[in-house]
Amino acid sequence: MLETVFLIVFAMIGLSLLLNLWRLVVGPSVPDRILALDTMYINTIALIILYGMSMGTGLYFEAALLIAMLGFVSTVAVCKYLLRGDIIE
Amino acid sequence: MYSEWIVSILLLIGGAFILIGSIGLIKMPDFFMRLHGPTKATTLGMAGVLIAAMVFFSSTQNGISVKELLITIFLLITAPISGYMLIKSAIHHKLKAKKGTKGLDNVEDD
Repeated sequence: MLETVFLIVFAMIGLSLLLNLWRLVVGPSVPDRILALDTMYINTIALIILYGMSMGTGLYFEAALLIAMLGFVSTVAVCKYLLRGDIIE
Repeated sequence: MYSEWIVSILLLIGGAFILIGSIGLIKMPDFFMRLHGPTKATTLGMAGVLIAAMVFFSSTQNGISVKELLITIFLLITAPISGYMLIKSAIHHKLKAKKGTKGLDNVEDD
């Protein structure tokens, strides 16, 4: 039963990554694209955790934690660059 | 045996919320509405998936695994901050809101 659920949730997260990619390509303004990238890294964390669960190993946890921290920092850095024209003043 | 059911239900709820967040990112008419999907629904879906991972690793490996709570708490803390920065940059760029949006007069220029 758990293998079927893994497949269904893989399909759900893959579909939402495709929708985010659509917004990233189409998005009419720059904040739209930043928002799409932000959502994409959050979905990638879910995908990596799910892959680790389906392989039965907790080895991918550190990669997910690193993506979470670096993704947050990059979102804030790009927003700061848009706001002030500079990241560290 | 029970843990398999709990993991399945939590995973399905989490995946559904992540999908709903991305559909909201596609379908909403302007940026200020589009911000709602990823910052609320996707964060809740991530919490569901990570709690499912916590239950799964606690039941398959020996000992209780609580390290997935780290990512959950980190995401729950940082999602409002990135949403705030995004809305500040959207106001700075003077993005158009949909007609009929209330409270636009309260927006200050920075």
